[in-house]
Amino acid sequence: MDVLLDNLDLYGPFFWTTIKLFLISGVASLIFGTFLAGLRVSPVPVFRAVGATYVTLLRNTPLTLVFVFLVFAYPLLDIIDLSYFTAAVVSLTLYTSAFICEVVRSGINTVPVGQAEAARALGLTFTQILGQIVLPQAIRSVVPPLMSMLIALLKNTTIAAGFSVAEAGAIRQYLSERGDNQLVGLLWVALGFIILVAVLSFIQRTLEKRWSVAR
Amino acid sequence: MSNVLFDIPGPKARTRYRVFAVLGTLVVAAVIAYIIWRFIDSGQFSARRWEWLQYAQVQRDLLDALLATLQAFALGAVLALVFGAIFAAGRLSDHAWIRGISTGIVEFFRAIPLLILMFLFYYGAPALGISLPPFAAVVLGLTLYNGSVLAEVFRAGILALPKGQSEAAYALGMRKTQVMTLVLIPQAVRSMLPTIISQLVVLLKDTALGFLVTYPELLYYARYIGSQGTFGRPIVPSTLVVAAMYIALCLLLTALANYIERRQRRSKKHVEVERPPTTEDVVGVA
Repeated sequence: MDVLLDNLDLYGPFFWTTIKLFLISGVASLIFGTFLAGLRVSPVPVFRAVGATYVTLLRNTPLTLVFVFLVFAYPLLDIIDLSYFTAAVVSLTLYTSAFICEVVRSGINTVPVGQAEAARALGLTFTQILGQIVLPQAIRSVVPPLMSMLIALLKNTTIAAGFSVAEAGAIRQYLSERGDNQLVGLLWVALGFIILVAVLSFIQRTLEKRWSVAR
Repeated sequence: MSNVLFDIPGPKARTRYRVFAVLGTLVVAAVIAYIIWRFIDSGQFSARRWEWLQYAQVQRDLLDALLATLQAFALGAVLALVFGAIFAAGRLSDHAWIRGISTGIVEFFRAIPLLILMFLFYYGAPALGISLPPFAAVVLGLTLYNGSVLAEVFRAGILALPKGQSEAAYALGMRKTQVMTLVLIPQAVRSMLPTIISQLVVLLKDTALGFLVTYPELLYYARYIGSQGTFGRPIVPSTLVVAAMYIALCLLLTALANYIERRQRRSKKHVEVERPPTTEDVVGVA
């Protein structure tokens, strides 16, 4: 308990950074992932190929490698300077959206053919069908796996600790400088994550109940 | 599939799609060209920065690093499978206290980020007077986290089997253990194999976290060679090379999963479960 109380000035702000990292990259990957899913089901073969290549590459690369590239290699290319926090957000987003894309795509496949056929019969265009008819139903049906992806994202934010972002995973480093017990300190961090994951799982169950599609 | 979303294009739509295709290709080509230009302009494609690949010693070290990654993967995978099997059995036990303990352990290790687990073993354990080498910390972390996920996968696989299977087995007078080992597990493993392998892909990728607890694996080596001034700090080439290696390894494993899935669908022993749950349903991918 002492380790936690003596270092509240660490735990508070660092967990807050974790939450910010999670929220920003969560929203960004939901948007980018849905966009990628749109590419993967589009009528234009080139778009489908681009989406598929992106997903294959990013899904099979370790997230730590994405971080190493963005933090150590990318600055050498002299494109746009990213702060450590932004680099972490970009890495997490690039990586997570590949997984979100696959989940959304599998959701699109669960929407009955009749829905899209009826929409087409009404004369809607591809973007209208996708945006107004199919995606709203598809996303509802994949809420549980989407939330699982976001839970995985929350846990993945800890990797940013290795790349100069002061978030929950980095608390250990500061504790060791202060000479505190790292084991106890890390167990408190673990407890923090258990609580955050529990909150997300609760949201997952609530949304699942409220949004489940009656078919 | 996806083509329910649009009609077979007529002449007008075909022209439109062609215009989109050209525009899309141009945009993608422009982005790629810009990146390549940045690479060339900042000298990342200069021969000097790729020279390191030619040295026999560097190649040997790279292989050693790859071997270190594979060692952590192999040991982690075997232990995680064992851990998963034990705790899946525990969660399906008839005794409430065994169920309770197993559920608690599995839920606990699934909720903690893998990196924090590795930190616990590497930086935390010395507080108890035990100091573990990085390799042990990495393998223990991989085992506990992925083992818990696999426990859920196994359990879901067994629960997804038609009820008639176990009922028929009990009707034949089999004991609990017999029903489990002779009837349920062989069928469940069969239907869950693709999911199990895709979790192993995750485990393979997670070995790269060893980088953050100073385990000298592939990524660690890429960072090391990338900071060598004698080779002109080739961090961009070295991460690209290592990324290619990771992607190749993961794709090999995925190809194996797909092959097994196809073979199973043809097999006569295949049991139709409603929809075998995937790892994404269980936890998502770390």
